[in-house]
Amino acid sequence: MRGGTIAAPAPASIEARSWGWRHGGRRAPAVSGLDLRVEPGERVLLLGASGAGKSTLLHGLAGVLGGDDEGESLGELTIDGRRPSAVRGRSGLVLQDPDSQIVMARVGDDVAFGLENLGVPADEIWARVGAALDAVGLALPLDHSTAALSGGQRQRLALAGVLAMRPGLILLDEPTANLDPDGVHEVRDAVARIADETGATLVVIEHRVSVWLPVVDRVVVLGQGGLIADGRPDDVLVEQAAPLRAAGVWLPSDVPWRADPSTARGSEPLMTAHRLDVARVPGVPVQRGIDLRVDSGCITAITGPNGAGKSTLALTMAGLLRPEGGRLEPGAPMAGARGTEPWRWRSRDLLTRIGTVFQHPEHQFLTGSVLAELEVGPRALKMSPAERRERIEPLLSSLRLEALTAANPFTLSGGEKRRLSVGTVLVTRPRMLVLDEPTFGQDANTWRELARLITDLRDEGVGIIAVTHDDTFIDAVADSRFGLALAGGAALTDAPVRGRSNGGGVSA
Amino acid sequence: MSIAAVRPDLPLASINPVAKVAATIPLSIGLILTLDPVSAGVAILCELILFTAVGLGPLLWSPRTLPVWIAAPLTGISMVLYGEPSGTTYWQFGLIEVSDGSIAIGLATMTRVIAIALPAVVLFLTIDPTDFADGLAQTLRLPARFVLGALAALRLVGSSIDDWRNLALARRARGVADLGVVRRSLGQAFALLVLAIRRGGTLATAMESRGFGAPVQRTWARTATFGAPEWCVIAVGCLIAVVSVSAAILTGSWNLVWS
Amino acid sequence: MHATISASGSATTNPAPRLRWRVVDIVVASVIGVAVGVIFWAWGVAWAPISAPIEALLPGLQAAPAAVWLIAGVLGGLIIRKPGAALYTEVVAAVVSALIGSQWGGLLTIEAGLVQGLGAELVFALFLYRYWRFPVALLAGAAAGLGMAINDLILWYAGAAPAFATIYTLSAVVGGALIAGGLSWLAMRGLARAGALGRFAAGRELQAV
Ligand SMILES: Nc1ncnc2c1ncn2[C@@H]1O[C@H](COP(=O)(O)OP(=O)(O)OP(=O)(O)O)[C@@H](O)[C@H]1O
Ligand SMILES: Nc1ncnc2c1ncn2[C@@H]1O[C@H](COP(=O)(O)OP(=O)(O)OP(=O)(O)O)[C@@H](O)[C@H]1O
Ligand SMILES: [Mg+2]
Ligand SMILES: [Mg+2]
Repeated sequence: MRGGTIAAPAPASIEARSWGWRHGGRRAPAVSGLDLRVEPGERVLLLGASGAGKSTLLHGLAGVLGGDDEGESLGELTIDGRRPSAVRGRSGLVLQDPDSQIVMARVGDDVAFGLENLGVPADEIWARVGAALDAVGLALPLDHSTAALSGGQRQRLALAGVLAMRPGLILLDEPTANLDPDGVHEVRDAVARIADETGATLVVIEHRVSVWLPVVDRVVVLGQGGLIADGRPDDVLVEQAAPLRAAGVWLPSDVPWRADPSTARGSEPLMTAHRLDVARVPGVPVQRGIDLRVDSGCITAITGPNGAGKSTLALTMAGLLRPEGGRLEPGAPMAGARGTEPWRWRSRDLLTRIGTVFQHPEHQFLTGSVLAELEVGPRALKMSPAERRERIEPLLSSLRLEALTAANPFTLSGGEKRRLSVGTVLVTRPRMLVLDEPTFGQDANTWRELARLITDLRDEGVGIIAVTHDDTFIDAVADSRFGLALAGGAALTDAPVRGRSNGGGVSA
Repeated sequence: MSIAAVRPDLPLASINPVAKVAATIPLSIGLILTLDPVSAGVAILCELILFTAVGLGPLLWSPRTLPVWIAAPLTGISMVLYGEPSGTTYWQFGLIEVSDGSIAIGLATMTRVIAIALPAVVLFLTIDPTDFADGLAQTLRLPARFVLGALAALRLVGSSIDDWRNLALARRARGVADLGVVRRSLGQAFALLVLAIRRGGTLATAMESRGFGAPVQRTWARTATFGAPEWCVIAVGCLIAVVSVSAAILTGSWNLVWS
Repeated sequence: MHATISASGSATTNPAPRLRWRVVDIVVASVIGVAVGVIFWAWGVAWAPISAPIEALLPGLQAAPAAVWLIAGVLGGLIIRKPGAALYTEVVAAVVSALIGSQWGGLLTIEAGLVQGLGAELVFALFLYRYWRFPVALLAGAAAGLGMAINDLILWYAGAAPAFATIYTLSAVVGGALIAGGLSWLAMRGLARAGALGRFAAGRELQAV
């Protein structure tokens, strides 16, 4: 009966009247007392601290929060004056986790999925699929397998699936978080182009304000108990700077925080790669001939485009993947483990030597609560309860997870998951840290806390590799930068950052 | 494996999967009705010739059919030992009684398992799950919500080989992997199931947010066709069934199981 | 019409929303079905060496370990708690194991799944989809076992001696209750404790404890 209206491309309006949502299993509501009106065609940047309820609001707008048995809804939220779950398809939502939203096995089918659901005729579908894939810069054959995509490609695919639907309301939850800097601008421009063409209403969540400022015409900042700020970007960001800063908003005018030079005394090699070939799947090397050294008290940033093999290199340096060729040589501080090949070490030996934070936090969660998760490492090291508490409590507060100790790790917000996974590694104080996108999804405050924790460890003499697309982070903390190029090329650059490389993270 | 893979590059891959499944039905029913070596033997012969002729020969002897070749004799032997005895008894030990009758039953059971399982295994290897889902929903008109939900889940679990590898690395990094192979694998398998169910929840959200389950008549980007080639495949299936059953009746070995 | 979400009023026209399938029910039931389907397939590959020695000791007793093939239905029923969940999950698992390759053929594997799922489904229906305690799980497993025994004795062991048939049926029922019923119930509790079932009644029940 609603067939006609759902596929119509007219822009949608949003209205929230003291709306709120409490997730089942949580005592406090994620969002409460929200009053908001968005006119058709407006483009809104939704800001707020990590855990403020931004994703929850977006899910509410898309009508996918679920029914009474999954949480408690307060007040009213409507799209074009109707319940969001009744007009599903009016809006298109790109979730925060690009990994879990691939529906079909082939790229073309996946983009077509939404169109089929909307009842678009078959002959029109494929034209729209092609256009959407072009718009997001995903130049792959339609029958390419969706299982063989890099993180960045997945994000583009998710976006293409939503853009192809030409929804009246485009909802994007940190759509560029996993992309390389070129990709970020490409995707943003694609969204802007589609929004221009269709006139659709746009709500986008992103912690990095500057990326989206040229595209949006309104900024809304979500806080506890409703909105903290709302208005034209220029007005809001200038006039309300102080409260926004307190809420963790990245103001474009702010000078990013910078770490002081390392106070670590001397430095010695922890892990040296000689002509290293790395492969995710044995027999299929993604990078060859890498020379890289990790020194104590130094932070090395690994950068490069999506799919270059950064994560693969990091996991190999961490002693988790077996090198495909070349040699990995642990330094003197790593002594005591069985053998000289890190990938053969016992799991418990790794715990105090090399800590690894994976790109996808969910892979690393083992238990049913935040506290238990942080205790896994200390327990494996047979620490006393008092010792454990001594280590975990300060971490909980600097990671801003105190209120969530009993929560299930899987139910955390994107940024909270990332912080917890970093915490699980920091708690055992390994001599070397391998961090894959450690600052992804953080607001300015939690970002600064993380950067501080990491530089504190550096000052204690820990050697750190960080895979990252985050230039601010590199400027703030990295001693040297190691760039990977796409497809089999060797290292691009091995330039020290800010010219204060003490000993250098990279060997010639 | 064909699970959640992109369309296998094999002969018959473009035939509507519903037709391929349907083609195995007449023979299955025919062979279930009787317990004799002739009908099953003729069927096996036909299958071997036919699959080799269309270019699926290599699959017949691949590791994927190995379970069939192993299971069939074992099922047969158990009937030799415990089948209803008749005729001369050769050996008796407890409930075991090997006789002329039980040997005949065992032989017939073995050939029957091969005749029924072989075409299914080989044909199913040529089926792409997406095509199968299209066939189920469009040709058989099963509810699209369930068919597509199952298809999405199949892809999710099919790609968990990757998750399995990542979980192994992640658990080692967290210091919990110093266990025996069995305990480690069990723990990891459970973690994989937890992850898959969690992912399933998110995937459901993603599907709903793209209009899945909305009250709109769904269209299909890929149309499942059911034409002459499909009818041909089914006809061949029927033909094999008729030939095998006739052979059994003509040679007098037809043996209705419940008589 | 000015429909809204409100705390009290998800006033849908459906009289029994508790029993209606949500998309998440479908997807997660399928995930369980597919995952267990892979286990089914693996059990099928390992089946010959497992069953042969048992058969040598006491024929018919192999129906007890065969109860591993009944897990999907009971587990799916216990987690999803919707009409048809046990049947659907068991059938999906059977289809998947057939798709990967099964020595019992495609059609007959799926047919066996139907019969076995029906066994568990009937028990859950008998309790009006309201009771999900341990004894109900055991009963569902036993019923699935009975379904399996009847099906196998007609299709695969036609011509078996009565002693064999009796032992086969008994071990199928006992194995079904213990393996399919008991293990599924434990798995359901374990999954709930690990936080996998946050969106299901099965997961929230545990939090309340
Ligand atoms: N499914 C869930 N079950 C229980 N609690 C949840 C669930 N999802 C989110 N929460 C909680 O609700 C709060 C808001 O989460 P939400 O994901 O909306 O935050 P966010 O603003 O998007 O944060 P981030 O910037 O880190 O992504 C958090 O405290 C989170 O732990
Ligand atoms: N599980 C996998 N199986 C096969 N190939 C893979 C797998 N994971 C990654 N690859 C491939 O290996 C290459 C390197 O992947 P990797 O994840 O290391 O890239 P990355 O530089 O970390 O990218 P991103 O910035 O998107 O995270 C890519 O081309 C990718 O397609
Ligand atoms: Mg979020
Ligand atoms: Mg990566």
